[in-house]
Amino acid sequence: MTRGFRTLLRKEVMRFWKVSFQTVAAPVLSALLFLVIFSHALSRHVEAYPGVGYAQFLVPGLAMMAMLQNAFANSSSSLIQSKITGNVVFILLAPLTPGDLFAAYLLAAVARAVLVGACVVLAVAWLVPLPMPNLFWLVAFGFTGAGILGALGIIAGIWAEKFDQLAAFQNFLVMPLTFLAGVFYSIESLPPFWQAASHLNPFFYAIDGFRYAFFGRADVSPWASLAIASGTFCALSWLTLHLLRSGYKLRH
Amino acid sequence: MAGPAVEVRDASKSYGALRALDGVSLAVEEGEFFALLGPNGAGKTTLISALGGLVRPDAGTLRVMGRDVAAEYQDARRLLGIVPQEVVFDPFFTVRETLELQAGYFGLRGDRPWIDELLERLALASKADANMRSLSGGMKRRVMVAQALVHRPPVIVLDEPTAGVDVELRQTLWQFVRELNAAGHTIVLTTHYLEEAQNLCSRIAMMKAGRIVALDSTKRLLDAFSERVLRVKLESGDLPPALAAGSAVDAAGWHRIPVDSAAEVESALARLREAGIRVSHLEVAEPELEEVFVKIMARQETPARVAAPAARARPAAREEAA
Repeated sequence: MTRGFRTLLRKEVMRFWKVSFQTVAAPVLSALLFLVIFSHALSRHVEAYPGVGYAQFLVPGLAMMAMLQNAFANSSSSLIQSKITGNVVFILLAPLTPGDLFAAYLLAAVARAVLVGACVVLAVAWLVPLPMPNLFWLVAFGFTGAGILGALGIIAGIWAEKFDQLAAFQNFLVMPLTFLAGVFYSIESLPPFWQAASHLNPFFYAIDGFRYAFFGRADVSPWASLAIASGTFCALSWLTLHLLRSGYKLRH
Repeated sequence: MAGPAVEVRDASKSYGALRALDGVSLAVEEGEFFALLGPNGAGKTTLISALGGLVRPDAGTLRVMGRDVAAEYQDARRLLGIVPQEVVFDPFFTVRETLELQAGYFGLRGDRPWIDELLERLALASKADANMRSLSGGMKRRVMVAQALVHRPPVIVLDEPTAGVDVELRQTLWQFVRELNAAGHTIVLTTHYLEEAQNLCSRIAMMKAGRIVALDSTKRLLDAFSERVLRVKLESGDLPPALAAGSAVDAAGWHRIPVDSAAEVESALARLREAGIRVSHLEVAEPELEEVFVKIMARQETPARVAAPAARARPAAREEAA
């Protein structure tokens, strides 16, 4: 834990905290709107798991979806803003290692995700009764899920040269994969083809496992989900570190 | 001893067909005040960026206080403070936060007395708690100077630090940089204000098309390429033959007579008097770096291979037309 790393982490956390209305309050509000609208529209038609009401079923998925999207938004937007405004130069001129950069951007993304996820769960707790979650699975899937998207955000932030490229990454990859990851339904209710397709989506395992923490049941074994989610996280971390070491699009 | 403060050996860097650095070698000794001059696009900023690790050269080695900027990048960067040419800032933070963060990136606990001194010396104390966004361009540039100095680097590189800075603050900045130099810091400076380089720097490198085309002490460059001249305009007639040899006349009617010393000015004027020629205007021009610069830039033919990008630009122009 070098001081350089800790400073960069502090700066990244300060950056989103200074605009927390936009980076924390806004995503919590959208998660709540999803909850109100979908639970109102669908509660009489859907029972995902026996004994689990639809609104209850929805909460962990919505919280995790908000976590995934905000982890991605944090690292990607911080990097692309620094690149486009040019102030990334102050970080690149400093004796920070690729590991320092990776860890600081990743942990700041995880911090924002955890804050958003916690706010979503706490905000709905008085609307929807939720069982006490299993802390091991909650933490395990919370961190790996946010870690996957935090790392993906670093990759997108390094790769994108313009805001619209980043928006494309977000709108055509991150959004569809999070929306189709079983947030609003149990994938057991899907036709076989879409069930199989969902199993190829790594975000699905993060959401499914996170839901297991609350209800003790899921579409896939939590160990299998954790293995796949952690594997994805490790692969993306390796790729991110490789890009940072090579100086790809940062050091010309 | 670690060797020179800055040592560049055979550094090359190409962007497509453009050779931004074409085998550059130079050494800046510890404690020097060194100028890197050249027209836009000569490769000065690429060279500085390579020193800071922002650009990775295709070939060659660069060292700061003996530390290789690639293999020993952490040490090299701790020994180097660069003020980038473009004014950039992080709009999320105040001036003081910006400096404390920058110190932290270098592994330093916020050194408050030094940060306060930097703010004071760079006339930023009243803006310490102002957001970066609210600062004028000149103030933002001074914050960048402070950011480059916050880790007290022995080698300081200023890439056009006075562009867009008003005269008074320019004087303040140079006073401060002179003191840093006197205290032992090595200073490398690029500027388009050649009189600044002439007044401040003991040695000068001139770059053109990615190459060093001149590298010598300021004094020797001035002696070799510029001279003290007596400039006279005559009421009538022409220069006496003794003076006409070696002199030149421009379109406005000014005669330039080279003079080595004040005594030669005397004797030239005496000759004019003896010949009965009346002088209407007279001035003595001291050697100027600008003249050296113009002569050196005109002296060398542009290497053929840098012409390639211009040829490549033609299809793009057609695209624009279509």
